[in-house]
Amino acid sequence: MRQEGILQHSASRLLGLIPTLLVLITIAFFLIRLAPGGPFDGEKILPPEIKANLDVKYHLDEPLIKQYFRYLGQIITLDFGPSFQYKDWTVNELIARGFPVSLTIGGLAMLLAFFLGTLIGIIAAMRQNTAADYSLMGVAMLGISIPNFVVAPLLILLVAVYAGWLPAGGWDWSVQRMVLPVITLALPAIAYIARLTRGSMIEILHSNYIRTARAKGLPEHLVIRRHALKPALLPVISFMGPATAALITGSVVIERIYSIPGLGSYFVQGALNRDYTLVMGVVVFYGVIIILLNFIVDILYAWMNPRIRYNEAQ
Amino acid sequence: MTVSLSIRFLILFSLLLLASCRDQDGEFARTREKRDQPVELVLLEDGRPHPAVLAEDQTVTRGNGEEPQTLDPHQAEGVPSANILRDLFEGLTTEAPDGDIIPGAAIRWNISRDARTYTFYLRRDMLWSNGDAVTADDFVFSLRRAASPETASSSATMLLPIQNAREVLADELPVEDLGIALLDEYTLQITLTGPTPYFLGLLTHPVAYPVNRRNLDEFGDEFSRPGKLVSNGAYVLGNWTHRVSVELKKNPLYREAENTTIERVIYLPIEDVSVEVTRFRSGALDWTNEVPNNQFAWLQRNYTDELVISPWMGSYFFGFNLEVEPFVQNPELRQALIFAIDRQIITDKVTRFGEQPSFALVPPGVEDYIPFVPEYADWTQEHRNEEARRLYELAGYSDENPLRIEIRYNTSENHKKIALAIASMWKQVLGVNTSLVNEEFRVFLQNRQQKVITRVFRAGWISDYNDPYSFLELFRTGDRRNDYGYSNSIFDAVLDEVSTERIRARRSRLMFEAERVLLTDFAIIPIYTYVTKRLVDQHLKGWQNNVMDHHLTRYMYKLKSRKAEATARQEEEAARQEEEAARQEEETAGQEEETAGQEEETAGQEEETAARETAVQEDEQ
Repeated sequence: MRQEGILQHSASRLLGLIPTLLVLITIAFFLIRLAPGGPFDGEKILPPEIKANLDVKYHLDEPLIKQYFRYLGQIITLDFGPSFQYKDWTVNELIARGFPVSLTIGGLAMLLAFFLGTLIGIIAAMRQNTAADYSLMGVAMLGISIPNFVVAPLLILLVAVYAGWLPAGGWDWSVQRMVLPVITLALPAIAYIARLTRGSMIEILHSNYIRTARAKGLPEHLVIRRHALKPALLPVISFMGPATAALITGSVVIERIYSIPGLGSYFVQGALNRDYTLVMGVVVFYGVIIILLNFIVDILYAWMNPRIRYNEAQ
Repeated sequence: MTVSLSIRFLILFSLLLLASCRDQDGEFARTREKRDQPVELVLLEDGRPHPAVLAEDQTVTRGNGEEPQTLDPHQAEGVPSANILRDLFEGLTTEAPDGDIIPGAAIRWNISRDARTYTFYLRRDMLWSNGDAVTADDFVFSLRRAASPETASSSATMLLPIQNAREVLADELPVEDLGIALLDEYTLQITLTGPTPYFLGLLTHPVAYPVNRRNLDEFGDEFSRPGKLVSNGAYVLGNWTHRVSVELKKNPLYREAENTTIERVIYLPIEDVSVEVTRFRSGALDWTNEVPNNQFAWLQRNYTDELVISPWMGSYFFGFNLEVEPFVQNPELRQALIFAIDRQIITDKVTRFGEQPSFALVPPGVEDYIPFVPEYADWTQEHRNEEARRLYELAGYSDENPLRIEIRYNTSENHKKIALAIASMWKQVLGVNTSLVNEEFRVFLQNRQQKVITRVFRAGWISDYNDPYSFLELFRTGDRRNDYGYSNSIFDAVLDEVSTERIRARRSRLMFEAERVLLTDFAIIPIYTYVTKRLVDQHLKGWQNNVMDHHLTRYMYKLKSRKAEATARQEEEAARQEEEAARQEEETAGQEEETAGQEEETAGQEEETAARETAVQEDEQ
């Protein structure tokens, strides 16, 4: 019965994706067009003849509403069109090349953050108000407050320039080049997850059923593993949905500093260059990922938290 | 567990702190990494390097700014694409290391008396990288393709001097009417609308490069991709991983292949200039695209030999909007504002990059041209300030009635610093109240063009070709790039004369006159002329500074490093010793056989051999 509830819920959530996406596309499409200047404007102004040829080539000469429906038609066939900026490539190709890179870096960073973060959080919670707790949480606070555009250059200077252990940047899918970006990306997430875990763990360790578990003589590690861990991770799980989406769709800062060909820069570069198709492509892609991850988090939530039941059979 | 974790974090953090201290330089001893030094350069008679001084691995890695937009030469715009295309292709003309225009695919040319018709005679032995011969027909086909409305090339501006180019681009005439004629297989003629002394220079631009027709037929729009692109230059396209690298390999069919030393060129798109420096320092780059201004002093101290600064074909200035008050008909005020800026302070203390303070529009170093230098350029700044105060009052402003003005610029650290400096100089010298407005680039461009809300704004020009005209035509009445609203019929008339003048010296004098008119109208606020600045590894030689900042990789070569040579010598020495030892051992063995009977003597000899063997082993180690 419960299985059915989840299935039904999932189906309706998946259907709900479509109107959300449509709204997203519409807003993004008109917003980017509202920004002053176009993709072919620069300090060196093009002669009108040349500008006209470019406009025709990219259909910019048509009325905006016609362009909008043309774009919707394209999207249905999953064709994001050619990039204005990178003329040799289509937006589909750019995303297909950028996403695996961002997914790898972001995914590894999230995994690292999840395991290390929960571990630190649990340890801190178990030794609440001891020196260990304070120092761990102090470091975590630092991890949250130091921005990654400070951490990244320092790591490069230290590990790559002075010590020469790892390359200073670049990308070739080798582990050496992944280490620094993954660490940089994971640090704030580790810190955040550690604090979340610690908070909810402390709360749960003080709840009645844990006291009962302890009272019947269960060793502490089993209390944590069997009874406290799952509910304590709930806030972490709900944090991880959007956080994972943010990490795997790429970070402009990390990509610039480590010269990584991920998705993040396309978004910013595309917007600055008024590369309409590229920005739209990335927005739609990002939207789908976020919606999907939120959906997954919902399902996980239902599975992990006995208090939540969807469509519980009467 | 807890303790070790927190300790680990603490160690990491303190290391980070330490690193940050170190980089501030001076206090912590190790600021300069030990870089290899190259061996001394020995040149052959023809100016090429002696093979013995060349490094074994002739790979050069060049930082290239942004990701190239495209490698289709006719679509290309922007410096990153052009840098790579100059290595891949060769037009009718090409550039020497110092920027001189020299024969490329054309071995010679004739220019008609009216300077409007160019006849090019092509090399008969030039091949495409797929083995096809490069013929005049390739150039006719390619120039037509570049000018075709279908291609919609944004660089086709460079082709406008060619007869009918404008009409072809506007789709008013068929592409066959473009002023290019095929005379025979290896001869072609290009007709221009008017005399264009810089036309031979325009032909080195990617938009005038040939593309291979067979290549294009086969792959269509995808012809410029790795594994597909056919080119006629010193290099061919190897790998191209988007936003990671573009790798070129030496083209064995290129006409100068035997004089091309660099075997492999790797262009890395690195948008962030600080990142580029870090990668140079870690040894991953031989050549940077730029260096960040804020690290200049540090680099000057620690990378003296690697830091290269050289004049560039660009001017940095601020513009007045001459269509709105207070700048309409108010030369005194404009003059006062121009005079009150201490350019030396801006270049020495603000930008600090060896930029040259400027009082003119056209930068120095332009071919056949001596820029106009106004009289006040030689005054002391105190003198200029006094004069500025006098003119300011003359224009009707005073301490009680100060000018309130706005400087607008596009978001950038450098523009902001300069605008701030100007504002404070105006405040100090004249008492002007200046407000600063920064805008995102394209918003800024649009406002500048509309000429409604702008007053004083950031401007500047970097030319695509080596000719003063490129700077002057921006100020012609009605030019779409005339964001200044400058309009002077004398100036326009002189420029008209320039565009029909055939004699170079006279043309140059006319342009000088035009620049004089513009500057005595006080239409712009010149600040400085640009320089190129980059780090170049000392092993990389063969290139020269030039105002266009075009550096073809085929002229470069890499020297052996001292360390590598020392190791090689050591290895040689070790090999020699080993041989020697082996020989001695043989001898000893022979002696041993001989002396088998004479036991007393052998004992001593054996000891000796053993000692020798140990020595040999030590040597080997």
